[in-house]
Amino acid sequence: MPTFVHTDKCDGCAGREVVACVDICPHDLMALDTERMKAYNQEAEQCWECQCCVKACPQDAVEVRPYQDVVPMGGAVIPKRTDESITWTIKFRDGEIKRFTFPVRTTAVGSIDPYGGKPQPGDLDSPNLFTEDGKTLPTI
Amino acid sequence: MSAGTFGNPDIVEVDTDILIIGGGMAACGAAFEVRRWAGDDVKITLVDKASMERSGAVAQGLSAINTYLGDNSPEDYCRMVSADLMGITRDDLVFDVGRHVDDTVHLFEEWGLPIWKDKETEGVPLSEGGKPVRSGRWQIMINGESYKPIVAEAAKNALGMENIYERVFIVKLLLDENEDNRIAGAVGFSLREHKLYIFRANAILNVCGGAVNVFRPRSLGEGMGRAWYPVWNAGSTYAMAAEAGAELTMMENRFVPARFKDGYGPVGAWFLLFKSKATNGFGENYMAKNADMLKDFAPYDTAATVPTCLRNHAMLKELKEGRGPIMMDTPTAMANLAETMTPEEVKHLEAEAWEDFLDMCVGQAGVWAGMNVRPEETPSELMPTEPYLLGSHSGCCGIWVSGPEDVNSPDEWRWGYNRMTTVKGLFTAGDGVGASGHKFSSGSHTEGRIAGKSMVRFVRDHGGFTPALKRDISEIAEDIYKPVRNYFAHKDKTTAEDVNPHYITPKMFQMRLQKYMDEYVAGIATYYNTNAKLLEIGLHHLEMLKEDSANLRAKDQHELLRAWENYHRLRTAEAHLRHILFREETRYPGFFYRADFPELDDENWKVFVNSRMDPDTGEWTMMKKTHVDLVEKHYGNAH
Repeated sequence: MPTFVHTDKCDGCAGREVVACVDICPHDLMALDTERMKAYNQEAEQCWECQCCVKACPQDAVEVRPYQDVVPMGGAVIPKRTDESITWTIKFRDGEIKRFTFPVRTTAVGSIDPYGGKPQPGDLDSPNLFTEDGKTLPTI
Repeated sequence: MSAGTFGNPDIVEVDTDILIIGGGMAACGAAFEVRRWAGDDVKITLVDKASMERSGAVAQGLSAINTYLGDNSPEDYCRMVSADLMGITRDDLVFDVGRHVDDTVHLFEEWGLPIWKDKETEGVPLSEGGKPVRSGRWQIMINGESYKPIVAEAAKNALGMENIYERVFIVKLLLDENEDNRIAGAVGFSLREHKLYIFRANAILNVCGGAVNVFRPRSLGEGMGRAWYPVWNAGSTYAMAAEAGAELTMMENRFVPARFKDGYGPVGAWFLLFKSKATNGFGENYMAKNADMLKDFAPYDTAATVPTCLRNHAMLKELKEGRGPIMMDTPTAMANLAETMTPEEVKHLEAEAWEDFLDMCVGQAGVWAGMNVRPEETPSELMPTEPYLLGSHSGCCGIWVSGPEDVNSPDEWRWGYNRMTTVKGLFTAGDGVGASGHKFSSGSHTEGRIAGKSMVRFVRDHGGFTPALKRDISEIAEDIYKPVRNYFAHKDKTTAEDVNPHYITPKMFQMRLQKYMDEYVAGIATYYNTNAKLLEIGLHHLEMLKEDSANLRAKDQHELLRAWENYHRLRTAEAHLRHILFREETRYPGFFYRADFPELDDENWKVFVNSRMDPDTGEWTMMKKTHVDLVEKHYGNAH
């Protein structure tokens, strides 16, 4: 179920700091054709269909097509993600469309202060993690 | 060629006290914990082959956190893990994860992960008495699409981006020149710039996940990447540890998940939350029907939850004897649930069913959409997949590590630093730690934290150490760029560069490995059966493949990545094969069968199997290690 890129929508992330899909793909699949300034999947049979690149694309240019060696043509699953929620559009082969929206996080992106309000580190030789300072841990 | 071009990289040397290799859950946990304990003078560096925001097994999200103890005791957690893994687990390691894991889950919620609550405590955090929606005794439901970005953000903010190298693939661990069996560094290359990185470190955490696509998968075209576990998990954790001389444990173990056919969608929520039933092709309950057959594997067949491999064993009997397909009856389950629901609640139920896929296995939703499958109307096939090697899910292969010091464990299970391997200064966590499965995402993060703290202790106690690499840096670089040399030396000798007698492409190398593993080492081709004769032939084939790895080619950085990933797969596969050959019994029916030793043999084989490859000679030594239960196990609750 590899990704593909709509030629008319992809602008190669021209003027942006990184090429979004190339930057995010966990498997180094998305590549940029610098002559055409278009992104593409350089190794379609290695795609995990994680949709990370689809979610990241600022142009909505990347989509996933079900793998043709298994799945009949015509279906699609398309995410639209914001910082707070994600909406999925599911297109069935027979044309029916379903939409579902789910929350993705309860805090603002970038706001995590990992040590804010947390205990200072205690005894390095104890089995306690630093957030468990003063807690008596069970043993066997 | 000038430096900074393909095949002739700039060499970048980085000195650090602590090096974290990997960017997944365990790595993020380690980064968070390590930075807090280490003083400002301790340098911590993390290196990830992808982008931390979406790297590792949780890249596309998860619909549940599978390890949250809540009211359960760590002792009961040890019992569950032990039973599911047929009695041979390290209670010390499992208990240790169990006693810390809830603290980690509370952090996830604080950082912004939406966790489902029951109606009475909606909006109340778990840490303040909120009651989670449980899909099973140990599992809690979440809206987990952004699970990894959230956890990665905490790790990145803790460590600082200036200490993180993304898109750098580490391919080898390096030993110290002066001290025997002592880690000193790691080497890898950038996937974006023509740079080779040499890291020198006092302590290293090796957390690069499990191993996927070692076996021939069920889908061979575009579907090949649609593996159950993430396709980028290349066995690097096990391969690099083995080559550094670390002792491995239980590498014979594997996981064969039974999942929705072709999309590998999760079945846990369907079985546990929606109370769905699975039957053979004739509508028979194959678990009830085959209960007697499972008695051969007593006492584990009577565990509170029947072990995963035994459930597969019962399923495989039906498939092998022609009574497939195994069907998940989703319409009946949804109809039963809808009986007592309002139309609005039914709509919510439908959304939950789809979300289970969309949060963690979007491909399955694609299969259903493309095949016009609606779970309220159409039952779906289940199928056991190709084998996977991992240590954090329902599997326990990995590296032999020192455990916690305060849980009354045997001396040989602790040599001073929690989660340190048998190589001094080399630590692991998550999929890397063997003999202790069922950590999942939360437990892996927790174990990363445990290892992280332990590494700070190690560095404090070994402050005088200065790493000295065993080999010359240019020699190491030459090794790593061998596939590039092969390509340039021979590419013009044939008219089509992919077919060339002088080298092998990473892709063909992988397919050869997968064929051997499938046919000789109990893959799907033989319904997971093998025997000593088959294994010996398989080993012979792998030896020649290992010789041919010297002829791998890489035409670009991307192919160099694949060349080394597949080399890691080969080393992992070899360890798996050698362990299966050594363990002369069938411990995990449903995952694999030693057809020449078809029975469970607790008398001779209720032991850990460990192995070590001598890093100088390449010789393997196989050994049995005594197993003891630290927590009393009891059976007899299932039937």
